Amino acid sequence: MRKLVILGAGTAGTMMLNKLYNALDLNEWSITIVDKDETHYYQPGFLFIPFGIYNRRDVIKPKRDFFPPGVEVIMSEIDRIEPDKNRVVLANNRVLPYDYLIIATGSRIDPSEIEGMKDKLWYKNVFDFYTIEGACALGNFFKHWEGGKLVIHITEMPIKCPVAPLEFAFLADWYFTERGIRDKVDIHFVTPLPGAFTKPRASAILGDFLEKKNIKLIPDFNIARVDNDEKKIVSWDEIEVPFDVLVTIPTNKGDEAIKRSGMGDELNFIPTDKHTLMAEGFDNIFVLGDATNLPSSKAGSVAHFQSDILFENFMDVIDGRKPSAKFDGHANCFIESGFGKGILIDFNYDTEPLPGKFPLPGIGPFSLLEETKMNHYGKVMFRWMYWNFLLKGVELPIESHMSMAGKRL
Amino acid sequence: MPVREILGKMIEFDDDGHLKNLNDWNEEIAKELAKEEGIPELTDRHWLVINYMRQEFQKIGDAPSIRKLTKESGVDTKELYQLFPKGPAKKAAKIAGLPKPKGCI
Repeated sequence: MRKLVILGAGTAGTMMLNKLYNALDLNEWSITIVDKDETHYYQPGFLFIPFGIYNRRDVIKPKRDFFPPGVEVIMSEIDRIEPDKNRVVLANNRVLPYDYLIIATGSRIDPSEIEGMKDKLWYKNVFDFYTIEGACALGNFFKHWEGGKLVIHITEMPIKCPVAPLEFAFLADWYFTERGIRDKVDIHFVTPLPGAFTKPRASAILGDFLEKKNIKLIPDFNIARVDNDEKKIVSWDEIEVPFDVLVTIPTNKGDEAIKRSGMGDELNFIPTDKHTLMAEGFDNIFVLGDATNLPSSKAGSVAHFQSDILFENFMDVIDGRKPSAKFDGHANCFIESGFGKGILIDFNYDTEPLPGKFPLPGIGPFSLLEETKMNHYGKVMFRWMYWNFLLKGVELPIESHMSMAGKRL
Repeated sequence: MPVREILGKMIEFDDDGHLKNLNDWNEEIAKELAKEEGIPELTDRHWLVINYMRQEFQKIGDAPSIRKLTKESGVDTKELYQLFPKGPAKKAAKIAGLPKPKGCI
């Protein structure tokens, strides 16, 4: 029997499990998946909870609904990976030997990285929306808030879903307009980047959207601390931004188990070959999704495109061949822009987001880098696709490699 | 590829404005690059950071991130921002003649 162990049953790990399950002969393979949490969260839905569009129930399902029969499921913390011994040690000291390992342990926020962030104002006037707890606490706060200065803030890159903070700003503009108090809410967008987004052309276009929606952009802001008494954030070069409510994206880090294994960089992300998706220095370990240190976005769409590549390379490697498929950094993001509209971007390592039609050149139905109602329906429909197709490893009608067809240079 | 004259020598730069060839670098060039970044004089503290960065680059082939600098260079974050205003990791890499750190997206 050959042994495959998958660490992490989030979007990436679950998707990969289902893809490989359909291809591997269970008479020859034993497959084990490990995760510490019984609940699967539809993380793209967290964005909508603060605005009362979704509630907790809309974004959770039991993980076990998505595991095929005949797979060993272990609900446990991981203590460490011992890659030189080809084994994983769980929190209860149980040892899992493997022939092949797929690491999909994701990324999570760590507000304790910044002085004063997780302090007496945490979940009172300082919130995150990258956790279910943060999103729900912020939803309760907004319901009764009568206005003031709302500061949306990114601590440092990289973060999971780099467009989510922008979407949050656009939705806040819409939400407070609907509530009839937009004139009482002063919205600021504070970022360590030189502009609204990581890539220049999209950054310019998205920056224009911020301006149109009367959201003030403060770029190049590197936070040093949160001052809880005076309710302000202070940068390393002593620029101060006061707030009534701070919605921050704290530092994102890989799992602590990666650190304990000595396999991560300073943020616990695993050095990974950007094309083959194999962990650097190991020929039987693959890394998928947010856990990698790749210069691509940390997002479900990216994990999905990676999973197609990883699948091919896994099949090569177990038959003794060299990995033949190459990941190109493809990402595809629906950006909710408020008032029932959305913007779509599609890009990879080498090509920044460009305008055009997607996925059918000239036809669409989606428009790239433009605000349309159809793009919004794409986003709404996606949750259904996620639960019913994506996690189950069913093919979607989108190429894993980015296509230039339909794009305008 | 942009080429500029510095101290009488034609020097190539990459698209991010960092030195193309590591071998073009020397301490005199570093002083000129620092001036272009708005740092009139390089102090011992600047050199501590610059030399650490060059050592790290030789070891691992990538310029260190701000997080790593804070942990290992002997200069804390606050001072790094005073020495190299706005973006210490990127600015110090530029002056040290190294490519932009991969972590800087």
